[in-house]
Amino acid sequence: MALDKPYQDVPGTTIFDAEQSRLGYHLNQFCMSLMKAENRARFKAGERAYLDEWPMTEEQKQAVLARDLNWCIRVGGNIYFLAKIGATDGKSFQQMAGSMTGMSEVEYRDMMVSGGRSAEGNRVVGEDGDAQAHRQPQGKSQQKAGA
Amino acid sequence: MASITASVYTSHVPAIGAALDLGKAGEPYWQKVFSGYDFSRQWLKDNTPDVIFLVYNDHANAFSLEMIPTFAIGCAAEFAIADEGWGPRPVPVVKGHPELAAHIAQSVIQDDFDLTIVNRMPVDHGLTVPLSLMCGQPAAWPCPVIPFAVNVVQYPVPSGRRCFNLGRAIRKAVAAFDAPLNVQIWGTGGMSHQLQGPRAGLINREFDNAFLDRLIADPAGLANMPHIDYVREAGSEGIELVMWLIARGAMSDNPPRVAHRFYHVPASNTAVGHLILENI
Repeated sequence: MALDKPYQDVPGTTIFDAEQSRLGYHLNQFCMSLMKAENRARFKAGERAYLDEWPMTEEQKQAVLARDLNWCIRVGGNIYFLAKIGATDGKSFQQMAGSMTGMSEVEYRDMMVSGGRSAEGNRVVGEDGDAQAHRQPQGKSQQKAGA
Repeated sequence: MASITASVYTSHVPAIGAALDLGKAGEPYWQKVFSGYDFSRQWLKDNTPDVIFLVYNDHANAFSLEMIPTFAIGCAAEFAIADEGWGPRPVPVVKGHPELAAHIAQSVIQDDFDLTIVNRMPVDHGLTVPLSLMCGQPAAWPCPVIPFAVNVVQYPVPSGRRCFNLGRAIRKAVAAFDAPLNVQIWGTGGMSHQLQGPRAGLINREFDNAFLDRLIADPAGLANMPHIDYVREAGSEGIELVMWLIARGAMSDNPPRVAHRFYHVPASNTAVGHLILENI
């Protein structure tokens, strides 16, 4: 019998459960390795070679090289681990979180200063809030680029 | 006999620590956050306990995916400051209270809560940011701290009900400690925030303020709220709020005195909530 996972219909959200953790084990442990300065230096000097030292899937490596955090999360990454890549790149947590919305850094910061993203329309898949799949990507520049 | 005299609740946003460490606390953006703690810093000076039992979560610093303890109690004499990737925060080392920590571990495990005993555990912003908010930038923290780390990173995390009952077991353990210690318990994390995916940046003032109301007046009822309600209403990382129920469960069953209450949006990606409750 399947386990009850009531969190699978929350839009724009991947819950890091035991299954995701299993998928992302090596990806997240690679991220942990970046807590050491010498590893950060080696990674920066040759990203692909450093990634090849880890038994990660090819897709996980591509997601890291692309710095696409939504992709990293789909293949088992967790944001607290992925934050080590951001730290290596000199990015703040707000820059990392914002990068997953499609908004520019300024747009995301302005949204937060204005009180953040509303839960209205963003509680369940199928509503019409700004985090729903049919409203992606967010942000003016992205919409222009996509048009 | 030791006793728990008060509880403190606060968000533990890493950017708050960075703002303080980099001398940005006076900027208007951050002043709106720090001003909510002016009362609290004076309150802690006037009400310095012998020990702080500090409930927080590690954010992939002390614990990788090699080991994921649901509840971990720090029993060491000293805890180093973690390097989270930006270098360790320039804050004092955290001194523990091994005697009380070991006593609580013994009592609470016998009450059926399977704590993991940890003797080497660098502490991250989850623990140090609340200390900074409440103490400012002292040369040493004002008293020993027992770090109590809860897994809220990998689901399933412990339920609100279990956290509340664990708090009660901690209260009982403290009361049975054979020295007249004044103990505070702090619950940290939250409030509403989501750090991942297209839904990143979610904030829910109504939920947060109702949570504060119920934490004060109806904690046993609040403890029944299922995880999915936190996720839908307060964001995927808002689940950290279950840790506040550990601190609340450790308080007396009588209604507490509300010494201070503060709420502000935003600090970085997060809603900042803060309460000080005193046992009467």
